[in-house]
Amino acid sequence: MSTSPSASIGRRTVVLGLSAGACALVLAPKAAEATRAEADELIAKLAGGAKPQMDARVKIKLPEIAENGNTVPFTVSVDHPMVAGNSVTAIHVVAEGNPAPQVASFHFTPTGKAEVYARMRLAKTQEVRAIAVLSDGTALEGRKEVKVTVGGCGG
Amino acid sequence: MLTRRDFLQVAAATALGGAVPLGRAAAGQTITQDSLLAFQPVGQVTLLAFTDLHAQLKPLWYREPAVNLGAGADRGLAPHLPARAMMNAFGLKPGSAEAYAFTADDFVHLARTYGKVGGLDRMATLVKAIRAERPGNTLLIDSGDTWQGSYTSLKTLGADMVEAQTLLGVEAMTAHWEFTYGEARVKELVDKLPFPFLAANIKDTEWEEEVFPAQTMVERGGVRIAVIGQAFPYTPVANPRWQMPHWSFGIREEDMRKQVDLARAKGADLVVVASHNGFDVDRKMAARVTGIDVILTGHTHDAIPAVVPVGDTLLVAPGSHGKFLARLDLEVRDKRVVRHAFRLIPVLADAIAPDPEMAALIERIRAPHAAELSRVVGHTRGLLSRRGNFNGTFDDLICQAMLSERDAEIALSPGFRWGAALMPGEAITTEAIFNQTAITYPNTYRTEMTGAMLRDILEDVADNLFHPDPYYRQGGDMVRVGGLAFAIDPAKPMGSRLGDLRLTRTGKKLDAARSYVVSGWASVNEGTQGPPIWEVVANHVAKVKEVTLPDSHAVRVVGG
Repeated sequence: MSTSPSASIGRRTVVLGLSAGACALVLAPKAAEATRAEADELIAKLAGGAKPQMDARVKIKLPEIAENGNTVPFTVSVDHPMVAGNSVTAIHVVAEGNPAPQVASFHFTPTGKAEVYARMRLAKTQEVRAIAVLSDGTALEGRKEVKVTVGGCGG
Repeated sequence: MLTRRDFLQVAAATALGGAVPLGRAAAGQTITQDSLLAFQPVGQVTLLAFTDLHAQLKPLWYREPAVNLGAGADRGLAPHLPARAMMNAFGLKPGSAEAYAFTADDFVHLARTYGKVGGLDRMATLVKAIRAERPGNTLLIDSGDTWQGSYTSLKTLGADMVEAQTLLGVEAMTAHWEFTYGEARVKELVDKLPFPFLAANIKDTEWEEEVFPAQTMVERGGVRIAVIGQAFPYTPVANPRWQMPHWSFGIREEDMRKQVDLARAKGADLVVVASHNGFDVDRKMAARVTGIDVILTGHTHDAIPAVVPVGDTLLVAPGSHGKFLARLDLEVRDKRVVRHAFRLIPVLADAIAPDPEMAALIERIRAPHAAELSRVVGHTRGLLSRRGNFNGTFDDLICQAMLSERDAEIALSPGFRWGAALMPGEAITTEAIFNQTAITYPNTYRTEMTGAMLRDILEDVADNLFHPDPYYRQGGDMVRVGGLAFAIDPAKPMGSRLGDLRLTRTGKKLDAARSYVVSGWASVNEGTQGPPIWEVVANHVAKVKEVTLPDSHAVRVVGG
């Protein structure tokens, strides 16, 4: 054990108390985070047992680097018909690096467009995964890396 | 007694129309204002572009990076080439004015031969001459980072540069550091501009609506030209978010596609993007967004002697600090560029007669601050420069100042790419110190960090520089360190690039669990406490009087 003064305070305290940085400094606390295996398990459950196939029709719109990890805007859209018998029935959003990886689930009736917009919290740099469940029981997946950075220095 | 240099400057000032050969330049005596302007015009449109002026009104020394490593697909491509490879790739002769302008090779020696670069009065002379040659065909674009970087720009909160841009006749701009004056001030200055301030990628955080116009349409030589602005995508990440709390940025590739389509739908024959993305980001964007004819890149301060084609898009990298003026002539037929000619003209200050109007404005801007600007704080024995992926000597000086003035074990200094160099023996004036430090969040903090935390910071910043995907890069250089040495393998993934972190004073390994006293500046956190960095540097220089820095061995690059 270290005897340095900061060893006695929690990591979160240290992080918040750190009023400064290289350039930027917003270290996200390394709290418990889900593993990829846990995320896979969760996704299998959400997809009702179907194994999601990576598919470019599932589009995730997210900033490459989050401006504020506490509220990251995202849009998920699925390029798929929305008619009875052939539609997207649900979109699930999973942030595998978050302590609670299930971000949101959206359920659709077969009409309009399969598109959702919301904001989420991201604890750290990670891949965000979107699962689209289709009316025939299959599932499609899209992924996007989002960096939650302590910052850098502009040119 | 007049030196030859003095004589030439005087001669140039008496406006002999550029017939005066440059400095000791040399043997050939071939570099004149006319030779710098020599250009075989092509087509209907002449685009003139500069970027990243960083508020430098006067001629200065600026050394290009000695180390500028590429990551991912950008590895081994311009601008990520060592000096000799750069010369080979673009046919520059070692020892020539071009070698001096575009590379760090033999800098001090060539600087003595070819003299200072930039000076907005010199730039104005070139712009006027080209406009006179191509009346009605010329469009002058500024890709941003114009309002920040000098003593006078900080004191006037950017107003001096707005006057200078106006007189120069800038016709559209985009931005980055401009935003560090805060939302209200930016709006105030934008209202004064006689030309559009463009940003397709800034939305208000509440409604996701445009904050500034995304594009403008002008006609030159019978060609309808759409100019789309792209501000620095990571402004609220790399700079303090509290200075622009209601504006959201980002690359927003989809929006760029929409803007290009909109421009074409409105009848644009030519689509030009004034971009502050950074060169590698623009190279990727050009490959993914179709329909852009020209990207006038900025932010990463790269100076590339030729246009870089990506598919049907031409990328221009016009350097920084007023050191270059880019001229791109285009022949446009049926909404396509069918022919082009390009020159990145080095603004060699001694060879170009200053424009009297601009010289007078610069004088008027500087006069109220003359005493402070010229105050000599100390001298430097060696070259002080900043640009490069890792610690430059000017950064070493700043880090030394923090270690000593703030009594710290470790110093951290941002990897900004702006800041003029000082030649061996030169005076360190207040102006020179502000040219390295003039920001609106200058407080020099003193705090404790554990070894683990320091390592996390360094890894994170390294990833902002070396992420294999340019869309995840921020365009600055590596954070500079004092009191600390490390090895870095840029090709490794995030979290595993750094190794062998040691305290330089003791040679001891950095202890992950121990706390260290750290001083740094340019924190993006609101309310950071401490004296402004320019004061810290000035106090240090005043004490040492003559700055002598050993060669820096703080960073060792390893791996392939």
